[in-house]
Amino acid sequence: MKALKIIILILFASVMIYAASDLPFRGDPDNLMHAEESITGTEVVGSYVIQEAYNDAKTPNIVTVILGDYRSVDTFGEQVVVFTAGLITILILRSRRRQI
Amino acid sequence: MLDFFLGHYAYWFVIILMCVGLYGILFKKNLVKKTIGLAIFQVSVVLYFVSIASKWDATVPVRDSNISVEQVANYLNPLPHTLMLTAIVVGVATLGVAFTLLMAIYNRYGTLDEQELLEEIQ
Amino acid sequence: MRRQEESPIILLGSRLLSPYIMLFGLYVIFFGHYSPGGGFQGGTLLAASILLIRLSGGRRVSRLQIQEFATTPLAVIGVIIYFLTGLAAMATGGYFLDYEQLPFLAMEPGYMRYWGILIIEVGIGLAVMAILVMIYDNMIKGEDYA
Repeated sequence: MKALKIIILILFASVMIYAASDLPFRGDPDNLMHAEESITGTEVVGSYVIQEAYNDAKTPNIVTVILGDYRSVDTFGEQVVVFTAGLITILILRSRRRQI
Repeated sequence: MLDFFLGHYAYWFVIILMCVGLYGILFKKNLVKKTIGLAIFQVSVVLYFVSIASKWDATVPVRDSNISVEQVANYLNPLPHTLMLTAIVVGVATLGVAFTLLMAIYNRYGTLDEQELLEEIQ
Repeated sequence: MRRQEESPIILLGSRLLSPYIMLFGLYVIFFGHYSPGGGFQGGTLLAASILLIRLSGGRRVSRLQIQEFATTPLAVIGVIIYFLTGLAAMATGGYFLDYEQLPFLAMEPGYMRYWGILIIEVGIGLAVMAILVMIYDNMIKGEDYA
């Protein structure tokens, strides 16, 4: 059983390193995800946001504009997830006394 | 070759961190230690996303009036930063849920060891 | 909760430190438009300042700051601020969370988005702070039931 786990670990590491050798260089400004136009001719989201965030929302911090404006529904979902996690702790830990 | 190393060493460190997390999940018997392994695994994913967002000679994604926003290469890619910002907080909340479940298990069975728990359940 | 001696030195030190952490959390929330920061980070800092008092002072002191039953309503208020902002934009004919349609602000469209983002950041910060404190409180309570 332990040998199987070691084999799984080594396989995982080698597959990940093999996959990482095809990744683009870190920090290279010519990466496809940093380009202004994707290979299908549409606009790349990150570059569009850098250029237009101040015109859209008059806020210098681009991350805040994405978080609160462009992806605000997603942020609402995240907040509901956090809220649900808080409620789960109540439901699990405070109902213990009745069962015992 | 040096270019390849300089472009990829950050990914290798992320993979090392991932393997540490997976080691914790696979080998440790204690459920708390397994949960810590999961947290390390999650941190490695966050570090990967932050590292692919970087550009050389770029500044943080806060608009500075002295630096032109029309040149995209002047600013880091803000999208992975935003995704990871929410992922960290959700990760902390779900870690709280995981520890809550562990406390419920401990209150019921009195142990957190994997083998002992399997025997208790059977 | 295991009974332990209250240490006056640790309580004094964390009483000295806690207000500054809380002030910094508020700064991070409200200055998030101009510097790295925002609701999630500021909420976590506010929670850290409250949890510092809870860790060092125990239950008797922490009851004076935020009571345990008050965290759930605070979290609900945080979520509702966010949700009502979206609904108010929807009620006046826009999309959900389209800040340009908010009824109580009359400015240029760009600046309405500015204020809309500030409102939801406050909601996020309140909810995150309350929920992190809530998780801590429930874990303390759950230990009692063992």
